Amino acid sequence: MPEISAGDTAWVLISTALVLLMTVPGLALFYGGMVRAKSTLNMMMMSFGAIFVVGIIWVVFGYSVAFGPALDSGSFIGDPSAYLGLKGLLNSSALALNGAYYPIPATAFIAFQAMFAVITVALISGAIADRARYGTWLVFAAIWVTIVYLPVARAVFYFGDQEANGGGFIATKIKALDFAGGTAVHINAGAAGLALALVLGKRIGFGKMLLRPSNLPLVMIGAGLLWFGWFGFNAGSALGANGLAGVAFINTFSATCAAVAGWLVIEKFRYGHITSLGAASGIVAGLVAITPACAYVDTWGALSIGVISGAISALVVDLKHKFGFDDSLDVVGVHLVCGIIGTVLIGIFATTSVNEFGANGLLYGGGTGQLVRQIQAAVIVLIFSFVVTYILGTILNKAIGFRVTNDEELEGVDIALQAESAYDLVGSSKGSSKGRSA
Amino acid sequence: MKLVTAIIKPFKVEDVKDALQKQGVNGMTVSDASGYGRQGGHVEVYRGAEYTVDLVPKVRVEALINDSDVNKVVDAILIAAKTGKIGDGKIWVMPVDEVVRVRTGERGSDAI
Repeated sequence: MPEISAGDTAWVLISTALVLLMTVPGLALFYGGMVRAKSTLNMMMMSFGAIFVVGIIWVVFGYSVAFGPALDSGSFIGDPSAYLGLKGLLNSSALALNGAYYPIPATAFIAFQAMFAVITVALISGAIADRARYGTWLVFAAIWVTIVYLPVARAVFYFGDQEANGGGFIATKIKALDFAGGTAVHINAGAAGLALALVLGKRIGFGKMLLRPSNLPLVMIGAGLLWFGWFGFNAGSALGANGLAGVAFINTFSATCAAVAGWLVIEKFRYGHITSLGAASGIVAGLVAITPACAYVDTWGALSIGVISGAISALVVDLKHKFGFDDSLDVVGVHLVCGIIGTVLIGIFATTSVNEFGANGLLYGGGTGQLVRQIQAAVIVLIFSFVVTYILGTILNKAIGFRVTNDEELEGVDIALQAESAYDLVGSSKGSSKGRSA
Repeated sequence: MKLVTAIIKPFKVEDVKDALQKQGVNGMTVSDASGYGRQGGHVEVYRGAEYTVDLVPKVRVEALINDSDVNKVVDAILIAAKTGKIGDGKIWVMPVDEVVRVRTGERGSDAI
């Protein structure tokens, strides 16, 4: 068992806080500014809600299901009782994952992975903006993280070195590469978002009324904070303060720059304008796409993945109008599409010159082997997440109702559900106080 | 007494205010407005979704004046608000039966 490394532990702890910053306020602002003014607060609360629901589940049994010893041999989930309430882990012993040891305490890894579970759930909320019942969203978050996220996270992140002993099947059986969660986080959330958008149906006026973003400065602040936090997400996934973290860090930067360029060029030639929403969207597109690949590709690979993801996402993001599903904030067009692009392109651009534990892709003499493995992983997660989410969403919709009434939707969920409003820019809220305070 | 109402481009508010003050108009009410005339709206694109925005932001300036000042006030607004491009706005004048200053109770021209 290795000694705990102070540097490695410090970096993972800092990265953990950075990943939390991605969700709040990063994603909350990014999404909150992109909806209409009458649902900004509710949109932000969906991210905040994901944190506390998933956070409680994570420490009670979630970590154990995702990273505990297998329930029984061949099982896709860990034994929830093994680390119930983080039993036996709140000490300074080194992290042990399926027989492999890391020079950081298990607690740092538990916290780091908690933030991944949180943001994956929060990402889904963008697909059902303006129209979801908040209580049902919280119930959904609790069940979804348990039956979809935990098994997928185990399949992708529970690698270790004992292949025959219940390791995650995507990591150790299929041997697909996913450094920081292109499959487990982004394809997973994107497919779930598509399923929920179909279950809840279109917003009133979708495709007819002006559903423009209410506050693009918030969107840009959110995108900037996501980028900042994403360095923790990707470089932190090295689980150490080391060269691999550095590779992941610089690739996270360069791919994102290329993605912004790709998005802006497409929209300039297609619509005649370079827009702030395009720049913010390009940032997220590039960050998503480089997530699985960040520690496996060189600079040319990172730039290629970036520009391809930004350009393709910009080209396909409006197809929802053609297909007629209201993925309100483009969880599908950005996260699912770019998650697939990043995951699959590892099979093209991966090179062992930057990471001996990676693989060589098609362009680096590795043939099509890795490409096939990457496609398999992407397809498996996509189908699993979509099907289970669709069934779960449908059951919740029938049982307790997932969508607000038309009146509530038209009034706006901020006032209808929360009795609050995000903005009072002109001070025009007349009325008297019946406050209980002095 | 007359009420002069001018719908103008938002960035022309200061020019119009200065012009009216030069004509001895000592008070006015300015409010945000939105609407369209021959200008129509404009197209905005968000992530490829094109929206035609019909109602364009404008500012409404209202001033109470004496009958004798109508021509020079309207001319002053016309000069100050004009850019020569489509969407410059409109000015109209309406008769006013009575004006009362709330603080003093003055009525008619004295209240202007």
